[in-house]
Amino acid sequence: MKITEFLKNNILYLDGGMGTLLQAEGLEAGEKPERWNLAHPEIITRIHKEYFDAGSNVVSTNTFGANCLKFSDDELEEIIKAAVLNAKAAKDTSVSTQEKWIALDVGPTGRMLAPYGDFDFEDAVAAFAKTIKLGAKHGVDLVLIETMNDSYETKAALLAAKENCDLPVFVSNAYSEDGKLLTGADPAAMVAMLEGMGADAIGVNCSLGPKALTGVIDEYLKHASIPVILKPNAGLPSVVGGKTVYDVLANEFALDCALLIEKGVRIAGGCCGTTPDYIKSLVCASKQIPLKPIEKKNMTVVSSYTHAVAFGENPILIGERINPTGKKRFKEALKANDIDYILKEGIAQQEKGVHVLDVNVGLPEIDEVRMLKTAVCELQAIIDLPLQIDTSSPKAMETALRCYNGKAMINSVNGKKESMESVFPLAKKYGGVIVALTLDENGIPRTAEGRLEIAKKILLEAEKYGIDKKDIIFDPLTLTISADSTAAKETLRAVSLIKNELGCHTSLGVSNVSFGLPQRDLVNGTFFSLALGQGLSAAIMNPYSLEMMKAYRTYCALMGIDDNCTDYIAFAQDMPQTIATSTQAVSVSAPSEFKSELQKAVVKGMKDLAAGLTEELVKTTPALEIVQQEIIPALDIVGKGFENKTVYLPQLLMSAEAASAAFEKIKASMQSDSSASKCRFVIATVKGDIHDIGKNIVKLLLENYGFEVTDLGRDVPPEAVVEAVTRFKAPLAGLSALMTTTVPAMEETIKQLRASCPWCKVVVGGAVLTEEYAMSIGADKYARDAMETVRYAEEINNSL
Amino acid sequence: MSMIYIKSLLPPPVNKKEILRYAGAKEALPELEALLEECLTLAEDKLIYKVCYTEVCVKRNGDILTLDGIETSSKDLQKNLAGCERAVIFAATVGLPLDRLIARFGTVAPSKALMLQAIGAERIESLCDAFNDEISKKAKAEGEATRPRFSPGYGDLPLELQKDVFALLDCQRKIGLTLNKSLLMSPSKSVTAVIGIGKGNCNRKTGCEACNKTDCLFRGKNENY
Repeated sequence: MKITEFLKNNILYLDGGMGTLLQAEGLEAGEKPERWNLAHPEIITRIHKEYFDAGSNVVSTNTFGANCLKFSDDELEEIIKAAVLNAKAAKDTSVSTQEKWIALDVGPTGRMLAPYGDFDFEDAVAAFAKTIKLGAKHGVDLVLIETMNDSYETKAALLAAKENCDLPVFVSNAYSEDGKLLTGADPAAMVAMLEGMGADAIGVNCSLGPKALTGVIDEYLKHASIPVILKPNAGLPSVVGGKTVYDVLANEFALDCALLIEKGVRIAGGCCGTTPDYIKSLVCASKQIPLKPIEKKNMTVVSSYTHAVAFGENPILIGERINPTGKKRFKEALKANDIDYILKEGIAQQEKGVHVLDVNVGLPEIDEVRMLKTAVCELQAIIDLPLQIDTSSPKAMETALRCYNGKAMINSVNGKKESMESVFPLAKKYGGVIVALTLDENGIPRTAEGRLEIAKKILLEAEKYGIDKKDIIFDPLTLTISADSTAAKETLRAVSLIKNELGCHTSLGVSNVSFGLPQRDLVNGTFFSLALGQGLSAAIMNPYSLEMMKAYRTYCALMGIDDNCTDYIAFAQDMPQTIATSTQAVSVSAPSEFKSELQKAVVKGMKDLAAGLTEELVKTTPALEIVQQEIIPALDIVGKGFENKTVYLPQLLMSAEAASAAFEKIKASMQSDSSASKCRFVIATVKGDIHDIGKNIVKLLLENYGFEVTDLGRDVPPEAVVEAVTRFKAPLAGLSALMTTTVPAMEETIKQLRASCPWCKVVVGGAVLTEEYAMSIGADKYARDAMETVRYAEEINNSL
Repeated sequence: MSMIYIKSLLPPPVNKKEILRYAGAKEALPELEALLEECLTLAEDKLIYKVCYTEVCVKRNGDILTLDGIETSSKDLQKNLAGCERAVIFAATVGLPLDRLIARFGTVAPSKALMLQAIGAERIESLCDAFNDEISKKAKAEGEATRPRFSPGYGDLPLELQKDVFALLDCQRKIGLTLNKSLLMSPSKSVTAVIGIGKGNCNRKTGCEACNKTDCLFRGKNENY
């Protein structure tokens, strides 16, 4: 019988701990348990057999750490082959009569994936793929990915399984006491991602005893539409009378698990500290429990690496600002590969309260596939909101969905055959909630009924790919009322038709409605309110629009989805004050030690005030004058103070940020970006090193002092530094390294720069460096801190 | 092979002066305190306090020191562990979410990134101190004393040893701590160390005084730092 069939009508029992038992058999500290498949096959087979005899339906091969990071390819195959043979021997010799299968056990690699570690996502997929192919080749019945405590690595493993075998895949994660994975994901986020990618069963193992995992299991049962796995530890280890024991004994373990099986857990076993006795008790205590049916939850959910966002109860705001359409500054940033600009847009929108970020970086002059991947990865490094991937290029869409950590929104598909053929397979493979536009080869139907028909057609086609209607959100399209006065009415009717007749969620890009009209915000806000009233589930919108936020906050308060009107009250109290008031407040108290208020704002590190004052000032004063008369002198006061040790590093930075905010306003006011007056400076944290605070500080100050900074980021290979210095013919390069182990990479980078770019001066810095050390690796300059780098850069700039 | 234990500790008390020192400020000016308070609030619910540890036997064979599976010829560790028959090896972390928070502000507000990483540095040290205290108390109750904790990278104890420590403690599985190819740990605010336990008094030199890097920016002028 197939295991997936069996699961429909039965509780499936897994095995228990392996490591604890091997230690009892004499496994030494530091010895790799996987090697015992070859060295002591009789012991491994005996343990597997004891589990089958105790009632396990599935035993997992002794391959938890069997991967190509720990073993050579040849040894890896030998180990996996032997591991499967050991399990088969146990299956063949066990006399118990239950159905039996063998799972390939796949544990984490032990490495952290980028950006917080140095293990590339695709390398992780490739590593898991090797193990999984070997398991499939040697005849396992299913794959069990387990004890994963990072969502991104879990995704890599599941993707590898889906791409390299046709076996059922079970995925189990290890949660901490706080109910989250160690890297931050909660159960709802994991359910969304793993179900979306087509796991056959999902759940929880290791870390805690069954009772302590109840909360996490409840969350799984609430969200999952597929079988849920429970494989807890025998509690926690403690020392009793000089002996280490786990604090949950077999009987208690079995009873605690039985309670969770009653609630709906379909697959149960044990992890650390459990033995065949535990499994025997577990089977005994739970096999009579009537099966709880596994219900489809029909929840429309997207997720990030921390949390899920569900459509339905509350309207979902999707921030539209990461999109170059009609934004000159954004286009420039894209062309200059200025990722920071995109990140700032993302952070600012999150602070405004959006729930999802739309990401569109399509521009004819740039490589969209590469840029979209970079934007998604960089945004996910620092922002925990789910993303909506917005591109018309199927290749860019696939690349972005592949590297996305979570279950993304896919923007978009439409009723055209070609569109559906390219988007649906991607959604099926990577998971995702698809935004479907109600248009097709014949254009946009004028009436709501016409759009409903297209929606039906899209649903039918999606079903052929195995995509559930819960994973489709319809965008019935907003047209301009200045072109057709009934346009808004039809869109609103379509929202309600799609909701009521198809039971599907809807999303609108609202702002189109007011195109060509004055005071567009007013129209947009009212239209948004009306659409929400019709049951609109989400809007792609500009969170800086006060009218839109007013519509949203008041709607939530009025519809009883804002408890005690808390959010509304906070919003109302925070309603943007005009900058004039705050400027006034300061001008009253501005002491005479500063030449002007702007200078004071920069020196004192008051970012918002500096920005506000500059915004006013550019209306009356030439940009260059503001820079030279106000900002640079202010920076000099702080810089000198820092050098004289009367100003500390955090203050220096606060000033620099205030100056940056002022510069940003000046840039925005200028026709072309010509604010940088000094030479190019290429900056990077060297290969192998991922610390970038020091580098970022130097970059910020250099920019303030007018240098054209090209920031290559962290973990940068020498070749990339050489490439950038060559491309810009940069007279200056700055390298940062934090550890003794990464200084050799710095030395190598300098060596390559000397060979290919003899004109370039190299300044180095970082915690482990000293003047002497820096000279010994061939640097031109050792800078003790950021100001020293600035002074050196100015010196070189002046000598050019 | 002895058991690896996992411990979640309560947040130890915050030493604000120490945080400011890590951030490069030698006195608590009002604007710095405001920044510090803001960053403490930001960091509060992102921090975890996790330790995994095991107890090992200390054996000596000429110049070679063996701590269960770990071998080293480090003279400084020999000295540190003088008189110890056993030791605790531990790994501690305040978790990945703080790294994300630091990175988030690295782009928009480096002053906050700086302060947050100073908070991380102080928190992980305080976590180690809190854990160390527990081990010391236990040792005292058993009539022994602990030695100052000693980490790979201290003195002549090579950073390479991290690989063995990670293999011994199974850090990834136990507390989500990983080691990358250049021997950096991720999450970044993490520590591994050995605490020797033995009879008699021990060398009490700790902190800046015990360190041989004399040109360090953070080196305090006196004992108070």
